[in-house]
This record gives sequence, C-alpha cells and structure tokens, in this order.
Amino acid sequence: MKKMKRIASLILCVFLLSVSSMTVMAEKGYTYCYDYWGDVQYSPDAYKMVGVYTSVELGLDVGLSSPQGLFIVDRTIYVCDTGNNRILELERTDTDTITYVRSIDSITGDVEVKTFNSPTDVAVSDDGYMYVADSNNNRILKLTMDGEYVMEFDKPTDATFDQSLSFLPSKIAIDTAGRVYCVATNVNRGLIKFENDGVFSGFVGATPVTYDWTDYIWKRLATQAQRAQMESFIPTEYDNLYMDYEGFIYACTSRVTEEDVDNGDATPIRKLNMMGSDIMVRNGEYPVIGDLYFGSGGGYEGISLITDVTAMDNDVFFGLDRNRGRIFAYDDQGRMLFCFGGNGNMNGYFKQPTALDHMGHDLIVLDALDRSLTLFTPTEYGNNIFNAIEQFQDGFYEESGESWRAVMDMNGNYDLAYIGLGRALLRQEEYEEALDYFRLKYDEDNYSRAFKQYRKEWVEEHIVVIFLVVFVLLAVPLAIGRIREIKQEIARAGIK
Amino acid sequence: MLAALKRKETYEHYFKTLKFSLYCITHPLDGFWDLSHEKRGSIAAANTILILVLAARIMKLQFTSFLFMKVYWPKINIFMYLASILFPLALWCVGNWGLTTLFDGKGRLSQVYMATCYGMTPYPLIQFPLIILSNVVTVQEGAFYYVLSAFSIIWSAILILAGMSQIHEYKMSKNLLFTVVTGFAMLVMVFILLLFFSMISSGVAYFISLGREILFRM
Repeated sequence: MKKMKRIASLILCVFLLSVSSMTVMAEKGYTYCYDYWGDVQYSPDAYKMVGVYTSVELGLDVGLSSPQGLFIVDRTIYVCDTGNNRILELERTDTDTITYVRSIDSITGDVEVKTFNSPTDVAVSDDGYMYVADSNNNRILKLTMDGEYVMEFDKPTDATFDQSLSFLPSKIAIDTAGRVYCVATNVNRGLIKFENDGVFSGFVGATPVTYDWTDYIWKRLATQAQRAQMESFIPTEYDNLYMDYEGFIYACTSRVTEEDVDNGDATPIRKLNMMGSDIMVRNGEYPVIGDLYFGSGGGYEGISLITDVTAMDNDVFFGLDRNRGRIFAYDDQGRMLFCFGGNGNMNGYFKQPTALDHMGHDLIVLDALDRSLTLFTPTEYGNNIFNAIEQFQDGFYEESGESWRAVMDMNGNYDLAYIGLGRALLRQEEYEEALDYFRLKYDEDNYSRAFKQYRKEWVEEHIVVIFLVVFVLLAVPLAIGRIREIKQEIARAGIK
Repeated sequence: MLAALKRKETYEHYFKTLKFSLYCITHPLDGFWDLSHEKRGSIAAANTILILVLAARIMKLQFTSFLFMKVYWPKINIFMYLASILFPLALWCVGNWGLTTLFDGKGRLSQVYMATCYGMTPYPLIQFPLIILSNVVTVQEGAFYYVLSAFSIIWSAILILAGMSQIHEYKMSKNLLFTVVTGFAMLVMVFILLLFFSMISSGVAYFISLGREILFRM
C-alpha cells in the first residue's frame, strides 16, 4: 500500500513537472536580455500587446497600403499611408481603442501640385505645423494643421549636393526652431539639414571616413581593375531618425555589415548632437547592435537591421529590427534593458515592421505588410524597470532601490536590477551591502566606488587595532634582538 | 633507531633543499649551478614547488577579486586547468632534454625538471599575497596588481632561462637559441600527438563501424 502511494506520488510529481515545464516552454523566447557573459537570459514580458489595429478596427474605407511613416503627438497618431498617398490622423481615445479622425489626401493653398506622391514620413513641430516628406514629388511640405500649404523644402542647389541625384526625402524630423533634418534616399553623407526658411545648410552626422593600414596595403598592391571591384567605403546612409525631448537626434541605419559587428565598429543607432557628432553613451558590456548572436534560423539570418528608433523622456531608447521583427530597449548608458517581439502571424509579432514610436511609455509599431498598427503597453515588470530608472534620475534613490528590488523579485537573472539596487544602496551609503550586488554582477566601477568608501570607513573604525598590529610587528622583533644582545653580553661577561 | 634517524635526515634534507629555492631565486647563476653540481636541490622539493604553483593557480581562480579575474564557472574544468600547466611543463622538459642531450647539454631529464620547478618559485611566492592584495584594492589601483603579477611571471622566466644555462653548462647565446628551438620542439610534439590521437580515433571508428555493419547484416 505504502509502495503504491509512493509510486502514485512519483507519477504525480513527474506529471506536474512536465506540465510546468511545458508552460515555461510556451512563454519562452518572447522577451529576453543578455547577462554579463552575453548569455541570453529569458525574462518576464516587459511589454504586452494591447491590440492590433488594421483598417477594420480603425474604420477606414480604404485599407492601409504599405504605410511607412508614423508620428505621435500626445494621443494623436499620424500615419503616412504611402501607397494611398494620404496622411491619416488617428486618436487613441482609450487604453485599447484607436479611432480614425481624418485623412489628408490633398492640400490647399498656393501650390501647383496639390496631392501627395508616395509620402513617406510625417512630423508635427512644436509650434503646430505639419511637415510631410513628399518623396516622389521631391519636396518636403510644411503645412498648417488644416492642410494648407505654407512652404516647401526642395532639392538643395548647393554644390555639396550631388545634382545628378534626384531629391527623394524619406524621413524627417523637426527641431524646436523649425529646422528640418531629413534622410533622403541615395544620400550617404548624413542627414540633410534645412534652416527654417528653406535654405539648405549642410549635412549632419556623416561617419568620418577612415581606413586601416591593411586596406591601404591591399589597395596599393591591387591593380586598377581589382581596386574597382573592391568594396568601396560607403559612409552611412541613415534609415530613420527621431528627435528626442532635448533636441538630440537618434538616427539609425541598417547599412551595417556583419564584418563591422565582428570588429566592434558597428553603430547602427547613434545619438547626434547639434554638431552631428555621436554622443551616445556606450557603457554597456555589449555594443548597441541589437542581437549579439545572429545565426541563421527560421528563415532569418544575419545581424539585426535597425530600421527605426524612438526615445522616451527617461532617455530609454528603442530600436526596431526589421530582420527579426524585434524591439530592443536600451537605457541612457547604452545597456540593453530587454528585447521582445518577433516575426510571425500572431498578434504581437510582425511581418514587415517599418516604424516605431512611443506614446508615454506605450509603444506603437507600424507594419507595412500586415498594414496594421500594434500597440504595446508596459507590464508590471516593464513599469518597475521604468520607475526604477526614472526615480534614480530624479534623485529618489531609496525608491529606485525598491523598484529594482521589485524587478529582481520578478526576474532574478536581471543584471541591471542588481546593479541598480547596488547603486541605490551606494547613494544611501550602505556600502557593504552594495558591494555584494556589484560583485554578483561584475560591475567593476561601481564596486570600486563602493569599496573605496567601505575601506575608508573600515580603516577609520579599526585604526587603533591597525596601529597596534603595526606596532607589535615592528616592536617585537626589535625587542627580541635587543634581549638577545643583552643575553650575549651577560654570557660574555660571565666568561670573563 | 637507525630508521628514525634516517627519516629525520631525509626530512632535514628535504627542508634544506626546499629552502634552497629561496637562495636560487635571488642568486640564479650561483644557485642553479649548485642545484645540480653540488646536489643542493631535490626532486621532492621541486614537486612541492610545482604543487604550490598549481595550488596558486586554483586559489587564484576562486579567491582573486572579480576586478582582476572574472571566472565563467560553467566552462571551468579544474583538470584541464591544471593540465594547462602540467602538459606544457612535460613537453618543455622532454623537448629541452631531448635536444640538449644531442648538443653537449650536461643536464639530465630529472635536472631539467628540477631546475624548471625551482625557477617557478616566484610564482606562488608572489601570487599568494596577490590574492589578498586583489581583495583590498579598487579597479583604479589595479596597476599594482597587474605589475606584480607580470613581475612574478617575468622573474620565473628569467630564472628558468638561467637555470637551463647552468644545468647544461651553456653560454647565454647558446642557451637562448636552445630555448627557442625547444619551443619548436614542443610544437612538433603537439603536432605528432594530435596526429597520433586523430589516427587512433579514426582507426577505432573504422573498426566500430565495421562491427556495426556486420551486426546490421546478421
């Protein structure tokens, strides 16, 4: 009887174990992060899908056709419906509803061509003008919100712009002064910058041309024909850009080769200042390149191709990988927070994601092939991470520590939670405890910072003991030597 | 009684030879000459030093601060880790002895081994205190650690070189030449060993597949 019970319980155990492992398997693979060693650590979902909005949900008479551009102001969503030559204005009226407001397919005012031709991006400036990258009409339009023509930005006549190329603006961003930054097809010298009066004022953010000495030697040895065949150095052609709340431009490019990634030269996401230099902080253990491993599988191969980027007000930025349909989140130090998404037909997966933008902490992804918008909202886990980051930035270290602890409770494999908690403790001068967290996740700099203070305190506390030990170490051998001398003298005196 | 006395003498000899390693590291030329010619060293002491070296290697792994040594534990195999010292050491001794015997080297295999081990004395001598040091410095003060760590290895290398020249009664130029040649000899041995094992394994695989085939047909 006892034996029977034992066997029954064993079978039950095995059954329960297999069931629980099955559920784990089902959820595995959607959200993950890399640990210190670069190993993939699966994590709870940081974002959950709220809804997928196609023309049916939005109530459109004509479905979207390969939409390219997405822009969000407060709760208003502008979508560039490229294939239908129109701009859609949508509004998020509720947590899970997006409703159609209007569609702009022609413009009014003093202009010859009153329709769009493959508009690829739309942006709204702070002072309330709408800008449209009217790609095949070779112009960037500045319109009032009612769709009335104000002015346009045309092909630069400057000699630095190759006049044989046609001007095909694809992505735009507007700064607070009304200057237009534009990514144009076939232009690989950086972003085209226009002053607010429409004057072309130069290129911004091109990669400085460099070469290494091996290239130099090879080119020296090669014949003319071979040299022509060699891959010539192509500077960056950006894919997309985003202007953050401080006026810095996040620009991304998918023209990154596997070679660059292997060399560590790849910078698919850049944060450009007004001078056009890349000021992104890259303090993470691994570069900001999306996936670290890119073996072929499931029909996809190669590196992450970051096609759009967006940055939230807490300096967390997201890159959208069009290769594997993933969204990568990084913090202001360039450390990966999490990655989620994928290619597929299920809700929350993508077919051909083209644009990404955020509404508060929520993310909206535009899918050109699925012709839909996907809305994501942070889960409790994601919110805890954002809270922790924001609280730390605002100087609420104790609260930040609590938030990180909540994150750690949900995901014990999350390096940043340990380091974040350690940093909060460090700020609260709890050095000894902070040391443990930094040691666990190999954070050298913070560990050293905490250790320096800890050591100082320790020495101050034990100064008497240290002094005594040093004294004993110095005095005892001296005393012994002296005693010996005296003994010898006595002995010698005795002999005499 | 006699046995006890003998044992005591053995112990005394052992400790004396072990202590001689400290003389060797500060007076390399004189020390290594005496090591073989005056029989002031012993294999037992050499073994002890080698064990200390291995112990230092392993203790480092566990107790050095993560600032200077980050260990990916899942990939650590302690036997492979020890072999990473023992295998090159064995190759070195055999290679060096084999070559120098052909070119008027006076040293025997046991002496080559002994001198090499004696030459490694600075490694545990410095690395053990360094383990403690690593735990009381910050990453900014890490230069101390790295300099001392490199010093222990360079010192050992110089000692081994000096030891070889004294044991084989070589001039320094000839000694350096044979050090380099020993390096090549080690490579050749590794190559031959690889060849040997790969041939053995394909030979075994052949017979296994043959057996399988026969079992299949039966």
